[in-house]
Amino acid sequence: MVKLTIDEREITVEEGATILDAAKLAGIKIPTLCYHKRLNPIGSCRMCVVEIEGLPNPMTACTTPVAEGIKVVTNSERLQRMRRETLKLMLVNHPLDCPVCDKGGECSLQDLVYEFEIETAEYRAEKKEREAIYATPLIRYWPDRCIMCLRCVAACRDIKALGAIDIVGSGFGAGISPVNKEKCESCGECIKVCPTGALTENLSRYKGRTWMVNRVKTTCAYCGCGCQLELNVMNNRVIGITTKDDDEVNRGSLCVKGRFGYEFIGSEERLTKPLIKRDGKFHEAAWDEALDLVAERLTAIKTAAGSDAIAGLSSARCTNEENYLMQKFLRAVIGTNNIDHCARL
Amino acid sequence: MTNPIADLLKSEVILVTGSNTTECHPIFANYIKEAVLRKGAKLIVVDPRKIDLVDYADIWLRAKPGTDIAWINGLILLIIKENLQASEYIKERTEGFEELKAAVEKYTPQYVSGITGIPASDLMEAARAYGKAKPASILYTMGITQHITGTDTVKSLANLAMLCGNVGVPGGGVNPLRGQNNVQGACDLGALPNVFTGYQPVTGDEVREKFEEAWGVNNLPRTPGLTVTEMFSAAEEGKVKAIYIMGENPLLSDPDMNHIEHCLKSLEFLVVQDIFLTETAKYADVVLPATSFAEKEGTFTNSERRVQRVRKAVSPPGEAREDYRIICELSGRMGYPMDYKGPEDIMEEIRSVTPSYAGITCQRIEGAGIPWPCPDEGHQGTPILHIEKFVRGKGLFFAIDYKPPAEPTDEEYPFLLTTGRVLQHYHTGTMTRKGRGLNMLYPELLAEINTDDAVHLGIGSGEFIRIASRRGDIKVKSLISERPGRGVIFVPFHFSESPANALTINALDPIAKIPEYKVCAVKVEKA
Repeated sequence: MVKLTIDEREITVEEGATILDAAKLAGIKIPTLCYHKRLNPIGSCRMCVVEIEGLPNPMTACTTPVAEGIKVVTNSERLQRMRRETLKLMLVNHPLDCPVCDKGGECSLQDLVYEFEIETAEYRAEKKEREAIYATPLIRYWPDRCIMCLRCVAACRDIKALGAIDIVGSGFGAGISPVNKEKCESCGECIKVCPTGALTENLSRYKGRTWMVNRVKTTCAYCGCGCQLELNVMNNRVIGITTKDDDEVNRGSLCVKGRFGYEFIGSEERLTKPLIKRDGKFHEAAWDEALDLVAERLTAIKTAAGSDAIAGLSSARCTNEENYLMQKFLRAVIGTNNIDHCARL
Repeated sequence: MTNPIADLLKSEVILVTGSNTTECHPIFANYIKEAVLRKGAKLIVVDPRKIDLVDYADIWLRAKPGTDIAWINGLILLIIKENLQASEYIKERTEGFEELKAAVEKYTPQYVSGITGIPASDLMEAARAYGKAKPASILYTMGITQHITGTDTVKSLANLAMLCGNVGVPGGGVNPLRGQNNVQGACDLGALPNVFTGYQPVTGDEVREKFEEAWGVNNLPRTPGLTVTEMFSAAEEGKVKAIYIMGENPLLSDPDMNHIEHCLKSLEFLVVQDIFLTETAKYADVVLPATSFAEKEGTFTNSERRVQRVRKAVSPPGEAREDYRIICELSGRMGYPMDYKGPEDIMEEIRSVTPSYAGITCQRIEGAGIPWPCPDEGHQGTPILHIEKFVRGKGLFFAIDYKPPAEPTDEEYPFLLTTGRVLQHYHTGTMTRKGRGLNMLYPELLAEINTDDAVHLGIGSGEFIRIASRRGDIKVKSLISERPGRGVIFVPFHFSESPANALTINALDPIAKIPEYKVCAVKVEKA
């Protein structure tokens, strides 16, 4: 264990922890932007600078390990001035286009610019066009909004171990580029960690602002991983999927189906009315008519040929409660154990 | 799964077999990668295809499809020869070791190599890695189970895990990754022909009496019913006259599609309850519009046995109704009123008749899911099974011999067909083929064929090929690749316009009745 002092408070943490870890443990807030707890420390944004007694220059808290007896200051006039300047420099490359940005309302940069009361983009630089190509058509890259924090690059490398994207170019011309496009799985891990609106979903763009949607937490409908996700709902339509960090098995990650495979919910092809087949053709029917017909036919077959002449298939896509009722219906009402589902398929 | 997936971060060795984890369980694959890259775990992949996970593996054994028992027995023999088995564990916690030892005696590396195509030295390397690891985890999926020897192969994997003391310990286990969001729950809740909820057998007199009392009925059927694969054959024979299908698409998902089509046509009455007019629904007499996961409340149970909440986000389209309401309506019309206020009410009944779910209430899982068994409301759930002792008491080793697949290749049908999924699609495509997004990425079926085979047959990448088995044929675009070995063709089964299951064989494992999707004989030609 290592003992140190942060803002005059004595803190004991495990060896190998960073100053940022120690501060978090003590409930001391240091502003961050590129730091993300699921990623290896990046140290690109310099928002988390802190002063360490005896060192001439401030250090980034997210990358500096604790050392025995050091005295750290997280808030001073000098540090705040540096952080303000850092933000202003980011705004050289980042237009204040918050009114048209998908991320508006839950953007880390927007929050910090607001917190530091920066009202205009003071600095200008010669504009260099960056390419907007990206690794997948499902995600749009807005190079103007990219502050080069590298979270997306780190997520693709650290969480997915793919390395599909990286920085290409230098200076004001540098941008994120698909360096191994064939490796991209369109999982959207990069969107998940992007602190600004530099990466947005290409399916639901402009369909709803963050504060206009209702987010409902549920369990994914695809494989058996059981990922937790939030359906983003507006006007009774699912218009996107978001996740929360640390949420159970997936810890905020999703795959391409979980993040982008929601369109079927609102598909025009959904069945909306019971159908009864007559003379080889389907005709829309009222619920009562359809249910009466099913009950009547099943009863007739049960009476004529016995309970075991009827079988039921339940569903691995339905809920536990529905599966329970289906087997109860077959066993208690029809009187057969002919009940199965696609576990083997 | 015996262990939670996060346990992989405690494993020294992870053995993945018959699982294309990065495509079929991408989030579980994140844990494998993290274990390998950040925690220093060794990864052994045994798979006939050079799947993406091979890039992260220390050892890759390319076994011929359908030869799994041979290499597993081979590993067991080598581990015993090298004296790497967990002798204390075997003595205290298991039985049948001597029988196992005798059964694997002939599976020398040379003998195994002849069956599987795995070089003897690679097998030795894998045996030492798995044998020395404390603990080691095994992950598998349908590549292991969808064979006529599926049950035996799973038992063989359990043999291997017990041999090294890896069952009932953190970071160990025998872990089947479940392929569908609630396939675990459907099994748990008794949607199986031989058991009620919580795997309580229908043949048990006390069990039946309990359910008769709880449900207020007499004479619940006492003999196990038909499995899905048997139901359709029984329909063809005229024994089953009506089938009620909720949320399944057997025409595309079951083996030998032409046979299933014939079976469906033989029925007197077919009801399909689904969210789309599926390929199967087109054969129905009545179609009932149901709700998707986004339109209902309830619970799903994931691969880790964790019971988690499903929440309603939107209202159903048109007149579509929740599946539970439809069943209640039908039941009432057939003289057995079901009066539930909603899913929570049903869960209360489930708890009262299912010991492993007894402690799981909707309120308790509001924040985070609970893994069963959870016997009472004070219980925290059971992330790891078989700690200290096995459910049956002693862990039983099974002496198992290798048997070849049902349909070997021959001169007329020289290729081995194996089927599966791709990352962008899910099962019969009912959900994933409806939107733009996923179909932009993977718009049409591609059949993987080995480069050498393609050259030999004069097929260029992207050219159409015809694949034929004794049961049917399909025309598909080819994807020339190093992924399948020579003589192996891989076809995903999501696509109704060129259905892989027109080719597959309805040969079943005698116990699990699972079809042998992973091996049948086909011929391939330029279309």
